[in-house]
Amino acid sequence: MIGTLDSKIPPGPLAQKWRSHRDHSRLVSPNNRRKFEIVVVGSGLAGGSAAATLGELGYRVRCFCFQDSARRAHSIAAQGGINAAKNYQNDGDSVYRLFHDTIKGGDFRSREANVYRLAEIANNIIDQCVAQGVPFAREYGGLLANRSFGGAQVSRTFYARGQTGQQLLLGCYQALCRQIAAGTVRMFPQTEMLDLVIVEGQAKGIITRSLRSGKIDRLPADAVVLATGGYGNVFYLSTNARGCNVTATYRAYKRGALFANPSFTQIHPTCIPVTGEHQSKLTLMSESLRNDGRVWVPKRKEDRNKSPGEIPEQDRDYYLERKYPSYGNLAPRDISSRAAKEVCDEGRGVGPGGRGVYLDFADAIKRLGENTIHERYGNLFEVYEKITGENAYKVPMRIYPAVHYTMGGLWVDYDLMSNVPGLFVIGEANFSDHGANRLGASALMQGLADGYFVLPNTLPNYLAGQMGKRPPPDSPEFREAEEDVRLRIEKLLKVNGRRSLDSFHRELGLLLWEKCGMSRHEKGLREALEKIPELREQFWRDVRVPGSEEDFNQSLERAGRVADFLEFAELMCLDALERDESAGAHFREEHQTPDGEALRDDENHAAVFAWEFQDSGQLPKLHREPLHFETVHLAQRSYK
Amino acid sequence: MNFRLKIWRQPNANTPGKLTDYEVRDISPNTSFLEMLDILNERLLERGEEPIAFDSDCREGICGTCALTVNGEAHGPDHPGAVCELYMRKFSDGATIIIEPFRVGAFPIVKDLVIDRSALDRIVQAGGFISARAGSAPEANSILIPKHNADLAMEAAACIGCGACAAACPNGSAMLFTAAKVSHLSFLPQGHPERESRVLKMVRVMDAEGFGNCTNTYECEAVCPAEISASFIAKLNREYARAALQRSAGE
Repeated sequence: MIGTLDSKIPPGPLAQKWRSHRDHSRLVSPNNRRKFEIVVVGSGLAGGSAAATLGELGYRVRCFCFQDSARRAHSIAAQGGINAAKNYQNDGDSVYRLFHDTIKGGDFRSREANVYRLAEIANNIIDQCVAQGVPFAREYGGLLANRSFGGAQVSRTFYARGQTGQQLLLGCYQALCRQIAAGTVRMFPQTEMLDLVIVEGQAKGIITRSLRSGKIDRLPADAVVLATGGYGNVFYLSTNARGCNVTATYRAYKRGALFANPSFTQIHPTCIPVTGEHQSKLTLMSESLRNDGRVWVPKRKEDRNKSPGEIPEQDRDYYLERKYPSYGNLAPRDISSRAAKEVCDEGRGVGPGGRGVYLDFADAIKRLGENTIHERYGNLFEVYEKITGENAYKVPMRIYPAVHYTMGGLWVDYDLMSNVPGLFVIGEANFSDHGANRLGASALMQGLADGYFVLPNTLPNYLAGQMGKRPPPDSPEFREAEEDVRLRIEKLLKVNGRRSLDSFHRELGLLLWEKCGMSRHEKGLREALEKIPELREQFWRDVRVPGSEEDFNQSLERAGRVADFLEFAELMCLDALERDESAGAHFREEHQTPDGEALRDDENHAAVFAWEFQDSGQLPKLHREPLHFETVHLAQRSYK
Repeated sequence: MNFRLKIWRQPNANTPGKLTDYEVRDISPNTSFLEMLDILNERLLERGEEPIAFDSDCREGICGTCALTVNGEAHGPDHPGAVCELYMRKFSDGATIIIEPFRVGAFPIVKDLVIDRSALDRIVQAGGFISARAGSAPEANSILIPKHNADLAMEAAACIGCGACAAACPNGSAMLFTAAKVSHLSFLPQGHPERESRVLKMVRVMDAEGFGNCTNTYECEAVCPAEISASFIAKLNREYARAALQRSAGE
């Protein structure tokens, strides 16, 4: 079993760790690289950039995604931007400051060494993306433009209108296409990983199912890279795409990989409020809007049904500006979300159901003109109008927090390798860089840092000792894993009950949103932990999955994902219960400062919580990796 | 609101399909078009019928997965926007709505409303990229790009790869898709070293995949959810002519 968790942080001063680590890592020579088969699951910013870069280096790569094209991975929906400490604005930015903002934004629950490396690499990412032809916003002189984002007092965010994720992903998809044409990468769209195969304690392949034909395949490899994104869809309603799921990482967890900080879920403050019961997803309005929009609600409950124009200036409460004068509307996401919940809980929320706050552009339009606002956010205003039928140039937007990103994920060491040798986890799928809260414009940065620059430098350190150790596809471990997958599919189809998948998923989501959402408390978490197994039991007794396994069957693919969410949800609640402190997005009502901010317990909980699956119905086992802070000073986060 | 639906059902590529009648009742005007189909599918499931297969993912108009022809229009009546951004308030109560897949020879039907658009990936694989190996990029601000060119490149790069252009075109042409990528990369100095070979290869693969020719009907521009301008097709033609001429002159 697992002993102490070794994060393998290199020795030496913080700023030199990454360089010295590379200096001493093992390498694979160019003529040997083609002898290694690497499986990459996922084709978003992390998976796509990793597959393309490993292909460029000469490895034989197979890349899998459930979408019908690699270009459709959910990274495409990221709107706002990507951070880098270029200091092009001459406003005092530096690698150290980006590092410090990120670690502070994460409420001191991430590793110093990982975050410093991320901040260091960020500059290379911008160079790389520009070279690929990513059309970042520019100034008239032809230089790159920047804007500000939450949790920072400098302008360091690079952007391509409100479609930064799309443009970065297309850059990386194009690099991937180049490798597909060169024959180094083989792409398998509409193919889902359903199990991880472990041979002699090492990850040596996966079992996949073609969503198109239902065909199940065994894929032996020398190393497996998971880049399968986050699990926000466990809440049913989130800003994630419909297909996003926890299956790949959860299957790996059940095979022995540790799941770290599963309860750390980011609730994004600026989303379009829920309108009805049949809503299938929530839509994000980029945080960049908070650069120019002012957040407010009426001061008095009685005014909440008035139209915003009828509420005079002195009767409005610009609560972020009031509570956090130095950051104002750009306070970090967890803090802004909770502040919105608080004013709505007080009965001052606006719109149907009272679950909304205004994001008002009237002042910005007065100051800058409608044209400038249109240029900065035009597409976001269009999206808003399509969904709500309202024109945000004329009336303030209504927004409310929604599940957006998951900081938790599979545990990895400094090399981004999990505790299972040969299993690497990158991007949102790992837990590594954002602590208990991710700052805006940092997800794109991490995905590309991991894929373009970190993994290609750390993977050889493992591979160098693995020459010729790839097992054949008919080895017993592969046969058993395939059999498990087949049995599970059969079981899902056999239930033949009465309830639809969505009804179970919705019920689970609502339960989590209430008990393990923006704020949590012991009693609620214990209730959830009782209810989830009951719901799971009902699912396996009464779910209806139509069709057959040897066909294009969208119900069946979703059924497997919902079944995994029903198990994973329990792990989330258990983690939230065990972390008896508040930190970042994890707000335990029992632990708050007198003015309602998250109160950490550094003495007992300055650690990563990594969970190990236990067979036969036992509770998972908790491993703690203590976090050591040598450079930053642990402090109560203040954005006042 | 209530609607009568005529939906294309087809079990797989080799079996002929047909329009089948359905009814949906009590739909809120704030329901999206795809949520309306979700509701129909839940009801079909309750009745023991097979749900209708259709593709979608982000449901906010950026991933390009959804691809439905609604009443004969690619992505339906609310342009610009993908069909996932269409809301039932755009229809009148009691309306009959015909829902079909994108009909393009180069996009074979997989099942019901789901199509295979891998031909578009193969066009990009032919050369729709800039060869820039990770690790070898120069400092970002060493490449100056006039704002006007960067903006034009961005307008072309906004393509979501849904294939509506080909579906709307009477010739089943993918010229707007190909033009968007060729234009995006040729507006930028980084794209210039491969400028000629890129356009020649992409056009060759586009033709080989069975897409038709452009005859300037502009239907593509009318339905494009990303508002890609048909003027980029003129740019593609210029780029192609320039490259072909250089090749024939032996440069």
